[in-house]
Amino acid sequence: MANSVSIRDLSLSFGAVTVLKDLNLDIHDGEFLVLLGSSGCGKSTLLNCIAGLLEPTEGQIYIKDRNVTWEEPKDRGIGMVFQSYALYPQMTVEKNLSFGLQVAKMPKPDIDKRVARASEILQIGPLLKRKPAELSGGQRQRVAIGRALVRDVDVFLFDEPLSNLDAKLRSELRVEIKRLHQQLKNTMIYVTHDQIEALTLADRIAIMKSGVIQQLDDPIVIYNRPKNLFVAGFIGSPSMNFLRGEISEVDGRPVFTTHGVNFSLAGYQASEPLSAGRKVVLGARPEHIAIDSDVMGGEAHEAVVDIEEPMGADNLLWLKHAGHLMSVRIGGARRYAPGSRVRMAFDMSMASLFDAETEDRI
Amino acid sequence: MANISTLNTTAAGLDAVSGRLGSGPSGARPRKVLSQRNIILYGLLIVAALYYLLPLYVMIVTSMKGMPEIRLGNIFSPPMEITFEPWAKAWASACTGLNCDGLSRGFWNSVRILVPSVVVSIAVASVSGYALANWRFKGSDVFFSILIVGAFIPYQVMIYPIVILLRELGIYGTLTGLIIVHTIFGMPILTLLFRNYFTSLPEELFKAARIDGAGFWQIFLRIMLPMSLPIFVVAMILQVTGIWNDFLFGVVFTRPDSYPMTVQLNNIVNSVQGVKEYNVNMAATLLTGAVPLIVYFVSGRLFVRGIAAGAVKG
Amino acid sequence: MSTRATASAQPGIGAGSGSSSSSGSRAATRRPNQLFRNLNSKIASIPMILVAVCVFLGGTLWTVVYSFTNSKLLPRSSFVGLDQYYRLWDAPRWVISIQNLAIYGVLSLIFSLAIGFLLAALMDQKIRFENTFRTIFLYPFALSFIVTGLVWQWILNPEYGVQSIVRSLGWSTFTFDPLYDSSIVIYGVLIAGLWQGTGLVMCLMLAGLRGIDEDIWKASRVDGIPMWRTYLFIVIPMMRPVFITTLVIIASGIVKVYDLVVAQTSGGPGIASEVPAKYVYDYMFQAQNLGQGFAASTMMLLTVAIIVVPWAYLEFGGKKRG
Repeated sequence: MANSVSIRDLSLSFGAVTVLKDLNLDIHDGEFLVLLGSSGCGKSTLLNCIAGLLEPTEGQIYIKDRNVTWEEPKDRGIGMVFQSYALYPQMTVEKNLSFGLQVAKMPKPDIDKRVARASEILQIGPLLKRKPAELSGGQRQRVAIGRALVRDVDVFLFDEPLSNLDAKLRSELRVEIKRLHQQLKNTMIYVTHDQIEALTLADRIAIMKSGVIQQLDDPIVIYNRPKNLFVAGFIGSPSMNFLRGEISEVDGRPVFTTHGVNFSLAGYQASEPLSAGRKVVLGARPEHIAIDSDVMGGEAHEAVVDIEEPMGADNLLWLKHAGHLMSVRIGGARRYAPGSRVRMAFDMSMASLFDAETEDRI
Repeated sequence: MANISTLNTTAAGLDAVSGRLGSGPSGARPRKVLSQRNIILYGLLIVAALYYLLPLYVMIVTSMKGMPEIRLGNIFSPPMEITFEPWAKAWASACTGLNCDGLSRGFWNSVRILVPSVVVSIAVASVSGYALANWRFKGSDVFFSILIVGAFIPYQVMIYPIVILLRELGIYGTLTGLIIVHTIFGMPILTLLFRNYFTSLPEELFKAARIDGAGFWQIFLRIMLPMSLPIFVVAMILQVTGIWNDFLFGVVFTRPDSYPMTVQLNNIVNSVQGVKEYNVNMAATLLTGAVPLIVYFVSGRLFVRGIAAGAVKG
Repeated sequence: MSTRATASAQPGIGAGSGSSSSSGSRAATRRPNQLFRNLNSKIASIPMILVAVCVFLGGTLWTVVYSFTNSKLLPRSSFVGLDQYYRLWDAPRWVISIQNLAIYGVLSLIFSLAIGFLLAALMDQKIRFENTFRTIFLYPFALSFIVTGLVWQWILNPEYGVQSIVRSLGWSTFTFDPLYDSSIVIYGVLIAGLWQGTGLVMCLMLAGLRGIDEDIWKASRVDGIPMWRTYLFIVIPMMRPVFITTLVIIASGIVKVYDLVVAQTSGGPGIASEVPAKYVYDYMFQAQNLGQGFAASTMMLLTVAIIVVPWAYLEFGGKKRG
């Protein structure tokens, strides 16, 4: 697969503050890549570097195999959609769409053709004569996408485009962006702090922390096989349960021991030998803990229900067991009163083990 | 005085409760216009307002009296016989030590100084402010800091070097020279004003325009300017009043035949020759103050915003 | 399924070892010459740079340097050390100027802050006609010092002004002629200066008061704290930055006082109302004694520095902003 955008050893620092550090990233042609992270992790900075709005301190950026590190944003073959829409307030929607083409001195008939096509794809035809102030948030964001669309570029950059919208509109536009990607098949790079957006939209997600990509993978892989403790804790809501403990050996098989209780590790696919005495963290998502009737044979432990949080489709139980508080997701119809005793077991095939020192997956 | 408002609201709260219970009087609580608090409050404000209005009143009535009446009466009494002769004389034939053209010469000189100075100073400062807000380069903030610190340096410290500079350029004493001086000394405050304004505009707008391929001047002219009308009005108010009211630069950087109105006014009033004609003096003073006063009364809130922006952000 | 994805992840994150397919255009480029980046911005900033460096920085240094010469009609570079400064401080006119500036400055600061704050506090009581009152209090600020000086010269005129009116009311020994009494002439100037400038202080203070969280007032009312106490112990301390900024603005304005004195008293009677700024102008452009002018203006610079530097240090020192 050809690469649409390649980033080589990119670093960026403002004075003593390093925002990006030796970053490498290849984005395939037609791929939808999401840069995910909490604020200040450098994801927007990286996007601005790709757009040419920030100059890197070190490193190179290639778009379509062309080195664009020092080129002007307009010459890079990119379109960008911003969180605040950034529509020019004094221009009509039509002017907003055509401004860039006018600046590039494109002949008028061509401009009209491009604007017509974009407004058809985004269904903003009736809005063309209006000013941005007369549009709703969703309409504005559609126009903002249109402005990237008319430029007929290879790479679309989205900088938290849905963060200013309310929850309902956000999920509607999310679907629209996904449909747009399926229709246009452009490369899209999408920055967000919203993990639901990332999981639903992305072909691949790059999770960032302090200017370093922690894991770059398929959403499902990121969810099920997080590479380190940070990724595991960042993705998933309610978040993964973490139990600190160590590996010990019972009957020649490795088990996970915490507060004197042993959990069998049968079914866990370890990439390294599980030597006894190693300090580890066991991570299990709320839906990967079985209780009562879900426990499929093997060992089970007894726990006490602390709090119940019914959420409609699901029911979240907080269980107390051996000094740990764990959340368990069960069907919405199954109810437990606080204080009731349940049998519980981890689904070790879906669990994660991390080294307590390096915090990397074992 | 202090407690009364507290008491009033407590009473209002009680009234509302009893009204809802149906046991007390219902309907709106009668407002006490002449409460003790209001008398003190408005009393103080009105006394202060009278003090501030007094000089304006004195100027107006004096300028409409004849000299005999001034010698007899007191300065606060309204004119018995209204005359506009002092105004005519102040405008057309009052004498300074040098000429007897009245203020009209100074007025037109001031207009000739004002218009280009306002335009040039605002044009230069708005572009500088835009460059500082959106296109910062290495060292730009250092120059800006020097500029802002410079705003506090007394003019007297820099005036002579500027005289030499303009003399070397052959424009000392010319209109061009004075325009440059006004541009220089207007620069700190105006640049600050524009820089802060352009910084307050969403940065993403600027980024979007860059992605669209617009350059330095295109973004300034087509994106920023159409959004900045209010700040330009504020800057204009600031400069029109400032330049019109200037005295020092007028004295130092112009020749007597092109003195601005303020200098001309001072020369008329404080001229030692002849009999003092107080009515003409006050008419001349009013005429000179008229331009900034009109600007002030017309612009209202924007004037306040201008001086506040200029002052507080300093 | 999961294995496929894991495998595909490797080339992406692994230091670019994987896909170096096309080599021709992939060569790393070097950073272009920094001088020409952002060139338009640099060109557009030339006037600002020239003013900052040549006029403000260069001009100030020039004046300070030449204050150590014995320049008379024209600047000369024959250095005489501190001679000009000795002569300056020996001149009675300069000493009076400094005394006047001190009296005018201190009183002007105290009164304009007090009156300005009082008016602002009155204006902040949700009064009717707020706009009218503000327009009245602020209009003098739109007028020039020349106009201000001339009006008050007329009002304080002993033959026709305040003094004669009070006398005509029956108090025939009443004396109030600051403009002709050299011991109090500076107070006459002060009255005019306050009239012109307090409106601005009121506006700044009002902006400060309006910036205070409404909840503070609600809280103090619920707690039953009298209003004057709330002002004194809660609001004024909260407005410290506004007070300091206002103080610096008034103070650096006071040092520049020139036109007002020229118009109202011409420095008289005698030299009783002289101020430093006038001293500088007179020596530079009338007495043709440039060296004295430079020395005097350097002293003015020093005065401003004493006011501004500590403030700038408090305000901007330490914390950096981007």
